[in-house]
Amino acid sequence: MTAPVIGVLALQGDVREHTAALAAAGAHARPVRRPTELETVDGLVIPGGESTTISKLADLFDLREPIDKRIADGMPVYGSCAGMIMLASEVLDGRSDQRGFAGIEMTVRRNAFGRQVASFEAPVSMAGIDGGPLNVLFIRAPWVERVGRGVEVLGTVTEGPAAGRIVAVRQGNLLATAFHPELTGDGRLHAYFADLVRAAL
Amino acid sequence: MPDTQTSNSSTNAPVTGTAHVKRGMAEMLKGGVIMDVVTAEQAKIAEDAGAVAVMALERVPSDIRAQGGVSRMSDPDMIDSIMDAVSIPVMAKVRIGHFVEAQIIQSLGVDYVDESEVLTPADYANHIDKWAFTVPFVCGATNLGEALRRITEGAAMIRSKGEAGTGDVSNATTHMRGIRTEIRRLQSLPTDELYVAAKELQAPYELVKEIAETGKLPVVLFTAGGIATPADAAMMMQLGAEGVFVGSGIFKSDNPAHRAAAIVKATTFHDDPETLAKVSRGLGEAMVGINAGTLSQSDRLAERGW
Repeated sequence: MTAPVIGVLALQGDVREHTAALAAAGAHARPVRRPTELETVDGLVIPGGESTTISKLADLFDLREPIDKRIADGMPVYGSCAGMIMLASEVLDGRSDQRGFAGIEMTVRRNAFGRQVASFEAPVSMAGIDGGPLNVLFIRAPWVERVGRGVEVLGTVTEGPAAGRIVAVRQGNLLATAFHPELTGDGRLHAYFADLVRAAL
Repeated sequence: MPDTQTSNSSTNAPVTGTAHVKRGMAEMLKGGVIMDVVTAEQAKIAEDAGAVAVMALERVPSDIRAQGGVSRMSDPDMIDSIMDAVSIPVMAKVRIGHFVEAQIIQSLGVDYVDESEVLTPADYANHIDKWAFTVPFVCGATNLGEALRRITEGAAMIRSKGEAGTGDVSNATTHMRGIRTEIRRLQSLPTDELYVAAKELQAPYELVKEIAETGKLPVVLFTAGGIATPADAAMMMQLGAEGVFVGSGIFKSDNPAHRAAAIVKATTFHDDPETLAKVSRGLGEAMVGINAGTLSQSDRLAERGW
């Protein structure tokens, strides 16, 4: 089985945890901070972090256009939390100058669950992932308020005040979750993404 | 380690305030710059520059030094105005041991509490029991033992102390190198010597053993105290910091917006001298600063806390 090369956008955020999770899934994982580094990868993870900071640095260091182009050419991308915001075609409660990549046709509300004191840990069942719910973290997390045609809803919150909210979606080769599977040691979502990248090779 | 709040896997109910959730928040700040701000306008400048969070306080450390007196938690009105002004996380400082200031700050909805030596300590024997809070805490440390004692008390993030409000990076380097060296030393010890190491570090054996095995703290480690230039930030990152707090260094300089943006870029590209050269150009005067070596004992903030 070939090991795909998967980049982790390393402008800011929990790059190390995603890199480790991808390596555990059998991928060659490497940080991407420059357009030349982007050219060497088969897929890309946009990690958790501050979406305003990542958006600004992507513009300043000329990554916006090359990433948009790779997405248009079919490169698989997985965005977690801030990465989900970066993949959304529309962002609510963001900064006016904040722009995502040309990604998933959806509306995402930033910090939708509230501030840090409302951040939580919960199991999430995801379509396409076997073996029971993923135990994951939601940290100042967004949620998806609207999905466009062709966007598949893979997971929702099952209990609590935000029950029913969409927190995992896929559109073609683009995958996004409002939560962090990389911080709780459950490797199944990264394995799912690595398979997606392999299939696109 | 006290970790009593982990979720019960037999239920699907969301759980707030777990060690995972508190430490995870700091993971999201990695590779970023957290800036001290005293007004909503400064908070906006920081956010525009790409800060990952702002620290709301009454006076930046260099003014605390200049003006003296007892330094306390900020006015809730001022913290509210900063939370309203920006969409990024907002942190706020409380005095060492002042658990009621922390209760107040938590009730405001602040995202992270800094139990900080920059303010005047409220208790010279005890730090705050940080496990008792839903909001996560960051604490300063000058060495590994101090970092481990804070983690034992529930700190979800550590910053090396440096010497705040000086613009002199030398203490930050000393503390970061010291913590990293002590971690490497633990990694080299045979198991039987780890018991004595734990005693010497005045830290729980289980935590010391974990660090000997993993080679890192179980929480994110930032740097603070004296960072004034993009080169300072980049050096601290190369020394092993996972992110940077900048206090007086930005808003006590000639061109805060420009300098703030330059420090953000330097933190991301800390290992790329060409980018560092580019962002270091034309920043105007850095904060004037104080040589930390000339400070009298009573003016050394890093020695508060133990």
